[in-house]
Amino acid sequence: MELLYAITTGVLSASGLYLTLRGRTFPVVVGLTLLSYAVNLFLFSMGGLTSNAPAIIGDSSHYSDPLPQALVLTAIVIGFAMTAFAVILAMRARGDMGNDHVDGRKAEDRGERR
Amino acid sequence: MSHLIILPIVLPLAAAVILLLARFGAFTRRLLALIATGALLITCVMLVGKASQGEVLYYALGNWQPPFGIVLVLDRLSALMVTVTAILSMGCVIFACGGDDEKGSNFHGLFQLQLMGINGAFLTGDLFNLFVFFEVLLLASYALLVHGGGRDRIQSAVHYAVLNLAGSALFLIAVGMLYGATGTLNMADMARAVSMMDPERNGLVVAGALMLLVVFGLKAAILPLYFWLPRTYASAPAPVAALFAVMTKVGIYAILRVYSLIFGNQAGSLEALEQPWVWWMALATLVIAAIGVLAARDLRLLVAYLVLVSVGTLLAGLGMHSPQATSALLFYLVHTTLVTGGLFLLAEMIGLQRGKAGTRLVKGRIPTHATALGLLFLLGAIAVAGLPPLSGAFAKAMLLAAAEGVQRAWLWPPLLVAGLCALIALSRAGSTLFWRSQESDNADDQLSGWHWAGTAWLLIASPLLVVLAGPLATYTEAAAAQLNDPSAIIQALLPTEEDAP
Repeated sequence: MELLYAITTGVLSASGLYLTLRGRTFPVVVGLTLLSYAVNLFLFSMGGLTSNAPAIIGDSSHYSDPLPQALVLTAIVIGFAMTAFAVILAMRARGDMGNDHVDGRKAEDRGERR
Repeated sequence: MSHLIILPIVLPLAAAVILLLARFGAFTRRLLALIATGALLITCVMLVGKASQGEVLYYALGNWQPPFGIVLVLDRLSALMVTVTAILSMGCVIFACGGDDEKGSNFHGLFQLQLMGINGAFLTGDLFNLFVFFEVLLLASYALLVHGGGRDRIQSAVHYAVLNLAGSALFLIAVGMLYGATGTLNMADMARAVSMMDPERNGLVVAGALMLLVVFGLKAAILPLYFWLPRTYASAPAPVAALFAVMTKVGIYAILRVYSLIFGNQAGSLEALEQPWVWWMALATLVIAAIGVLAARDLRLLVAYLVLVSVGTLLAGLGMHSPQATSALLFYLVHTTLVTGGLFLLAEMIGLQRGKAGTRLVKGRIPTHATALGLLFLLGAIAVAGLPPLSGAFAKAMLLAAAEGVQRAWLWPPLLVAGLCALIALSRAGSTLFWRSQESDNADDQLSGWHWAGTAWLLIASPLLVVLAGPLATYTEAAAAQLNDPSAIIQALLPTEEDAP
């Protein structure tokens, strides 16, 4: 399970990073979303991966760490709000600037640079 | 346990909720914002009074005792930081009442939310809670940055938001790593855990700690991570830009707090692991910022680069890693936050008077109140460039004196040359703005008493700091001594622990 988990997190963050470095706002927003998924997975794994165990410290000696789960919940909520804001900001930038490039360049400038 | 400690968070939150939900007229909104900020200022002064007795106090939220619950910690450093924020925000709110707050909706509500985030970041003693407060202040700052709209603002807001979202992701990874290695999120408990840690886990902790440095460096705008700052600050509405003067200091504070507490003198081989990075980056930041100051062709951009100079100076103080340097940097921090904030407000006032030319450093018409504005500009310029007799000179002299041995050879030239560059750039800007301009008769007075009061409030701080230099220096020395002894905080928060083996 650890291997699968690590590969998933790695692939997610690699694609997120790649997309974040793109020049247009939509891939950037998707990239940030993927990155936050990867981070959530990573955070979750930091208490150690345990299967079939309750998240409460009770009498049993076999339990999973509850704290990362709480942290992930918080991180998900915050990430959600941030993504919503980034989408609105990107749409506003598209409207004000006339294109969806993160630097707000005009189409002809972009053609030259490429 | 006194509830006073949580007031700097609850007060702005309550004010923000009222301001955002209720539909008041402009007058009531301003009155409420002024009352809330004034109350915050009084609370903060009381907190300083409490903290100056030297005891570390904490507030356990929900009465969950540390290390299990979230704690707010009040020591000399955090009391000083919230007070500086309150003084600065008072000036910004007063200035905003001059008309900037009505250029978009919800200015005062968002402003209070941002204050809540900043105060929370200064007070919290929990690493994850620090992340949450960072997000609160960032989300409010994104919205404030685009207040009033306009292409420049939207575009710089896109950069700022994307960069900080990526930074937040890194922050979470770093927090996760540190939690994985130490099993706790409470900073004091983490400090204890690091000192007793199995050396096998050192790698994980070092990776997490340096990743945190990247995040804090992004907030503080260290050299490779500063590119967002000049444009963002130059395009933000004036009262927001002035409040942002304290945002970079949040990053500096976080570096100071985390590395002095968790990786302080009890951390064994991990002690001061950030020091070489911070020191060299600080010097490089100073050099680049000095070039930026000379190259700026707009008064607001110039002030933004001056903020960057102050970041470099503060980080150099951190990099020296001695109690004297920490004390000097805290003194400098108070001075630079208030003065650069005041300069942002002053730049807006000058821009309003010059019609189309705005704050660009080109020939334009002479501002209507040239004498008064010129005097304020002179005051701000002398203070920020670090010339005697104002507070900048004191702060810089303390920093220069704190450098020892080889550090002196590396620190003195960039710091003094950066001061010289600031002096050259500011005198050039001043003579262009006030002397190389034509008289014109169609001057319209757009400045209200609020503008004057807000700007003067912040700039007067500089001569005031000279008068109060003695008590303030004593306070910062005591704060530095407290930071140098992390075991005091650990003992205050976790009194039942057996002494570490």
